[in-house]
Amino acid sequence: MANFTPLSAAIGGGLIGLAAVLLMMLTGRIAGISGIFGGVLQFGGGDRGWRIAFLAGLVLAPLIAGWTGHAMPSPRLPASWTVIVVAGLLVGFGTRLGGGCTSGHGICGTARLSARSITATVIFMAAAIATVAVTRHLLGG
Amino acid sequence: MLIIASLSCGLIFGAGLLVSGMVQPAKVLAFLDVFGAWDPSLAVVMIAALAVAIPGFRLANRRSQPLLAAQSFWPTKQQIDPPLVIGSTLFGVGWGLVGLCPGPALESLATLSPGVIVFVAAMAAGMMLHGAWQGVQPTIPSDGAVAGVADG
Repeated sequence: MANFTPLSAAIGGGLIGLAAVLLMMLTGRIAGISGIFGGVLQFGGGDRGWRIAFLAGLVLAPLIAGWTGHAMPSPRLPASWTVIVVAGLLVGFGTRLGGGCTSGHGICGTARLSARSITATVIFMAAAIATVAVTRHLLGG
Repeated sequence: MLIIASLSCGLIFGAGLLVSGMVQPAKVLAFLDVFGAWDPSLAVVMIAALAVAIPGFRLANRRSQPLLAAQSFWPTKQQIDPPLVIGSTLFGVGWGLVGLCPGPALESLATLSPGVIVFVAAMAAGMMLHGAWQGVQPTIPSDGAVAGVADG
């Protein structure tokens, strides 16, 4: 547990929860990123303005942090392009089929105490833990 | 006003992902690696987010309408069906392979990292593939847009 950072985790988590509540109170929308992004991609789908604005804010956050001297480090990703592409396809298709991701089901749905969202969260957490266990410990990645 | 409110919420959400460390795939994978050098930080992120969101959503639900819109898109789906189970499983496998879920992936576009750009392009392709596949499913009513709003 050498890298355990409870304070920044609690502050960051609080901000995530606050953003989700504010979006619902002000605009009546659920802060589910896969749903917001999926709606932008949908052919002939209306209701794009608020989605694009939310995603713009999301991308703007690290840029503003960078201007104030807290640049976001480039994320460390696997060396294999195949793994990156397969993972991206699975995340994209899976979140749309399942109707949500870490934010929509994990935070908003769980906060609404929806059994459907809590089930989804338990399943994707378990699948992710199993995947890391296989790639890191069984295959020795 | 709706646009400014959405932009501000996106900013706060992005700040939260940044501060919490959710944007670092290495930290996410360390949380998911329960059989290795486990980093429980993301459990704290989740608990803190829910500590704010549970009372917050309860409050929001009590209001008849949101402050800046005519109606709330409060999710109505409740059934635990095969698409939910299969979709969540596929998402979990993808998340575990790289350590990026949709929010941090889109936010990381700001770094212009080639790996992130490829991941987001593949994610968008996966979403559009689902849209196309759903379009040819005769048994599923064409409520794709509603389903998107319904869960998040």
